[in-house]
Amino acid sequence: MKHTEIDTNKTVGKPISRLEGKLKVTGTAKYAAEYDVHNLLYGYVVNSTITKGKILSIDLSKALALPGVIEVLSHENRTKLAWFDLQYTDMDAPPGTVFKPFYDENILYNGQPIALVVAESFEMARYAATQITFDYSEEPFQTCLDHHLDSSRVAKKGFATALKPPPPPPTGDFEKAYQNAAVKVETEYRHGTEHHNPIELFATTTIYQGDGKLTIYDKTQGTINNQLYVANIFGLKYKNVQVLAPFVGGGFGSGLRPQYQLFLCVMAALHLKRNVRVVLDRKQMFSFTHRPPTVQNLRFATDTDGKLMAMNHSSKSETSSFEDYFEPIASWSHRLYPAPNTLFEQELVPLDVYTPMDMRAPGGSTALHAIECTMDELAYKLDIDPLEFRLINYTEMDPSAEKPYTSKALKACYLEAAEKFGWEKRTPKPRSMERGNKLVGYGMATGIWDAFQFPSRVEAMITADGKMILNNAVTDIGTGTFTVMTQIAADELGLPMEDVDFRYGDSKKPFSMFQGGSAMTSSTGVAIVVAAKELRKKLLKKAREITDSPFKKVEDNEVTFKNGTIALKHDPNVAVSFKEIIAFNKGKTIKTTNMGKPHMLKLKKYSMATHSASFVEVEVDKDLGTVTVTRAVTAVAAGKIINPKTAKSQIYGSMVWGISKALHEETIMDEKLGKYINANLGEYHIPVHADIRQLDVIFAEENDELINELGVKGVGEIGLVGMPAAISNAIYHATGKRINKLPIHFDELL
Amino acid sequence: MNNFEFKQATDTRDAIDLINHLPEAAFVAGGTNIIDLWKYNLTNPSSLVDINHLHENAEISILENGNIRLGAAVKNADTAYHPLIAQKYPLLSKAILAGASAQIRNMASNGGNLLQRTRCYYFYDPDVPCNKRKPGSGCPAKDGYNRMHAILGTSEACIAVFPSDMCIALAALEATVNVSGPNGDRNIPFSQFHRLPGDRPDLDNTLDDGEIITSIDLPEEGFADHYSYLKLRDRHSYAFALVSVATALKLNGNMIESARIALGGVAHKPWRSVEAEEFLKDKEANAENFSAAADIILRDAKGFGYNDFKIELSKKAIIRNGLMALNPASQLPGAQPSA
Ligand SMILES: Cc1cc2nc3c(=O)[nH]c(=O)nc-3n(C[C@H](O)[C@H](O)[C@H](O)COP(=O)(O)OP(=O)(O)OC[C@H]3O[C@@H](n4cnc5c(N)ncnc54)[C@H](O)[C@@H]3O)c2cc1C
Ligand code: SF4
Repeated sequence: MKHTEIDTNKTVGKPISRLEGKLKVTGTAKYAAEYDVHNLLYGYVVNSTITKGKILSIDLSKALALPGVIEVLSHENRTKLAWFDLQYTDMDAPPGTVFKPFYDENILYNGQPIALVVAESFEMARYAATQITFDYSEEPFQTCLDHHLDSSRVAKKGFATALKPPPPPPTGDFEKAYQNAAVKVETEYRHGTEHHNPIELFATTTIYQGDGKLTIYDKTQGTINNQLYVANIFGLKYKNVQVLAPFVGGGFGSGLRPQYQLFLCVMAALHLKRNVRVVLDRKQMFSFTHRPPTVQNLRFATDTDGKLMAMNHSSKSETSSFEDYFEPIASWSHRLYPAPNTLFEQELVPLDVYTPMDMRAPGGSTALHAIECTMDELAYKLDIDPLEFRLINYTEMDPSAEKPYTSKALKACYLEAAEKFGWEKRTPKPRSMERGNKLVGYGMATGIWDAFQFPSRVEAMITADGKMILNNAVTDIGTGTFTVMTQIAADELGLPMEDVDFRYGDSKKPFSMFQGGSAMTSSTGVAIVVAAKELRKKLLKKAREITDSPFKKVEDNEVTFKNGTIALKHDPNVAVSFKEIIAFNKGKTIKTTNMGKPHMLKLKKYSMATHSASFVEVEVDKDLGTVTVTRAVTAVAAGKIINPKTAKSQIYGSMVWGISKALHEETIMDEKLGKYINANLGEYHIPVHADIRQLDVIFAEENDELINELGVKGVGEIGLVGMPAAISNAIYHATGKRINKLPIHFDELL
Repeated sequence: MNNFEFKQATDTRDAIDLINHLPEAAFVAGGTNIIDLWKYNLTNPSSLVDINHLHENAEISILENGNIRLGAAVKNADTAYHPLIAQKYPLLSKAILAGASAQIRNMASNGGNLLQRTRCYYFYDPDVPCNKRKPGSGCPAKDGYNRMHAILGTSEACIAVFPSDMCIALAALEATVNVSGPNGDRNIPFSQFHRLPGDRPDLDNTLDDGEIITSIDLPEEGFADHYSYLKLRDRHSYAFALVSVATALKLNGNMIESARIALGGVAHKPWRSVEAEEFLKDKEANAENFSAAADIILRDAKGFGYNDFKIELSKKAIIRNGLMALNPASQLPGAQPSA
């Protein structure tokens, strides 16, 4: 797929530090809540304190009497809004009725935004919010998954179903095969709720330009998604709404959909015809989307040789009462392991909570924990080493789709990670390894994640100074997108990276999907390749037009793009610089806009996925149960790695998240109150430095000539997928105890 | 957070005057607790009296009788790292350094540490009932999520725990709290400073309105040879104790001359049992005797569901920490159990 005519200052494959790193660590980078805006008003959101019912009346008298309070908006006095639900949906909306802030007096969940105080200072707005009294009528509610499993049902289908299909139909005869199988295991897993909690709080600054024009700095993973959302709801022209997100302090999925602060901020700006900022506080970061709690039941069986014969995975997860959020959980095992008899079922339990949403490796990280722990149990029953058991059931195919993978270097992941980790030193029996007061356990697990590619459109141009500018609406949520795109563009045109200016994070720029699904390098990266190809063509064409051009009779494949020039391959001294070409073009930039998109037809014959293998060592105190993940190695197969440094950071971050998911992270729902009670970062635990010891990352070589022009997959999520199961399995190996719920608390190991 | 008047006190007298004459006044020292409570709308003082500049309370000194005086305004970090404390009262040092984070310890004052409020989830949410915050409104923790809650000395009204680490060591060391108020000075033995909830869970301690803590005195005996602080929590740092134990031993050979065991994370105050400490006197310092002492300490322990584990965990922690006290060097950083 590589074009023969570019030579280069090759940057792809080099561990280049992120280009905006200095801006970030010096505090120079500006985030949505940090723009200095003239004459700014501040909004503070008031959230419902009941879980279900109605607002009967609102007493604003005290709040409005405070100095500096401009207005309090609620369902009672909100602006006229779009009529149809459809106008409120966004590109990531699940099937159902989208939540509409301030729509009416009904309360659907605890923490629902019910008023916005707008004042001259944030402090005054926040104080005034405490001075408003709401009179409610309360209704009974249901917020506990475990107690309402009976009311589960299949998910409604909709737009989102395309990327998140329901489980495939059964194959063979599971029940019979399971009955008759030689070795079987039946397990149940419970996962708690998690909230995304990027460190940057959700925030919007809306600049009211007049004439129905708005400039919006927003915390989002999708500038265009939010532009369309705002324009649709408030009846504005698309071109009059600009959403900017040049820096985003983490998202993890929470920014895939427009969040309520955007809606409220824009509403206030339009209502007051003023510039308005709305920032959520940390507690409010727990008042919208989250990873749903789940209950999973698995029954796996093998023959006496350890070949999987039957797999049944059923999952029930929470959704809201108004939308059917569905993330694939039950179907993953069959993408990894062949088995003639399968039965996958997945249902939702609607509860009085906000709609859950994609959170880093949604579904996959939940499912693979259950699958890979079940596999571990089977390995013990079979008395086969857990790694060997995976290899016995290894396949190059995707058994669920009966198609080959475009590439699958999982075996290399297993073997390279096992070697680096020292898996051979493991003695199989539980409680057989120790170090002083600590039991030592080794555990491993497999990871798999989607390799998506979305359509993306890139404008690329060479300007009078011979440099390149690229435009695309994509964000960089901290993943390194900006750096990686610059590398790709630089190599494609044979320019040094300094001469490439990748401009992004702006809805005015050509189309990009929201930044999710680990798909940006494949989506916008491929669009850059396509645009660069066209740009090279145009440059060469123009170069041929120059009087006495040495390229007049030269074929496309006889030139090379190098250091900002086009040169003859066989005689590099014969060259013309981009600057000269543009000068000849009367100083006018040469530009092109192109779409990169997946080659659907060709790819129909294949499955696409990234894979990983995680190996973990834990120490568990013999008497006290305290757990430390002392070492972990994760090997990842994700096609070509454009930038090993930023890619490694993604995997490190995911591995830390895996530790978090296994041992720490959970939002606790008090069922009687119908609300989360640890809505702050003091009590919502994530790991601290003392919890993180040695982490190692390996990228297995994976040459994928089929998947896309770059041979890339994505690395944003895969590093998380195997970790929780590897940790659980290591804890079992250390202690002989299977704790089938996450997070695992040390007292369960007493 | 409401608007408020801000005053800087120049000395202890001035501070007492201000707190007693300004409307709805509160002291601020490091501010690591009161500012949070304020932002959560749990307290709304109309005036704030800054007591960070009371020089007489800002140092650590040796008294004539050999006792050590910790000024109330001295920061937790400065206390922990002070050579006198690190050498003579390493138990206190360890306990302080097991608390919070480096940043918080740099701000937190010794006086404020004694007065920090419980971390009960429900207490921190002004929109739900809580007898401590709003007497008579109820206690959702009792049959709610009570993983962090008390197993000893609870009442019908409240099962919250006092969250400090520093104070667990101060209890074991039998410190004295020196306070001044409009009616003069008082010295409160540490065991009488914090109180059990009973039917007044709104009162955390016996400090009277309008009084200020000026300093904390440590008796001569610092148990520098045989001590250990063990803190068990859901992550290795920056989390409150689910159970913590401060153990201080005076040994003669392998025999215990005197023992102090204080528990944190289990009650509304640092928990000590005179009976258990008496029991250990003249016994061999071994797991069996620590276990018997633990049984005495935990005799009346009662769980509320999610915190049932604390009973067994406390017992194991008391035993392990007793053994760690025999060899303080075995303790891992962050008051983790020995390797
Ligand atoms: C996220 C977080 C984690 C923490 N983790 C831990 C932990 O693991 N272990 C632990 O022990 N602690 C922990 N802490 C608590 C911390 O130790 C206390 O907040 C701190 O000690 C309080 O001291 P301060 O000087 O900041 O008090 P302030 O917040 O200034 O004051 C607290 C209260 O004491 C009053 N006050 C202060 N000084 C005096 C005085 N001299 N006389 C009379 N009244 C006074 C104030 O009016 C106020 O009511 C944590 C705190 C936070 C925020
Ligand atoms: S335990 Fe005490 S502080 Fe917690 S809710 Fe009950 S009364 Fe309030």
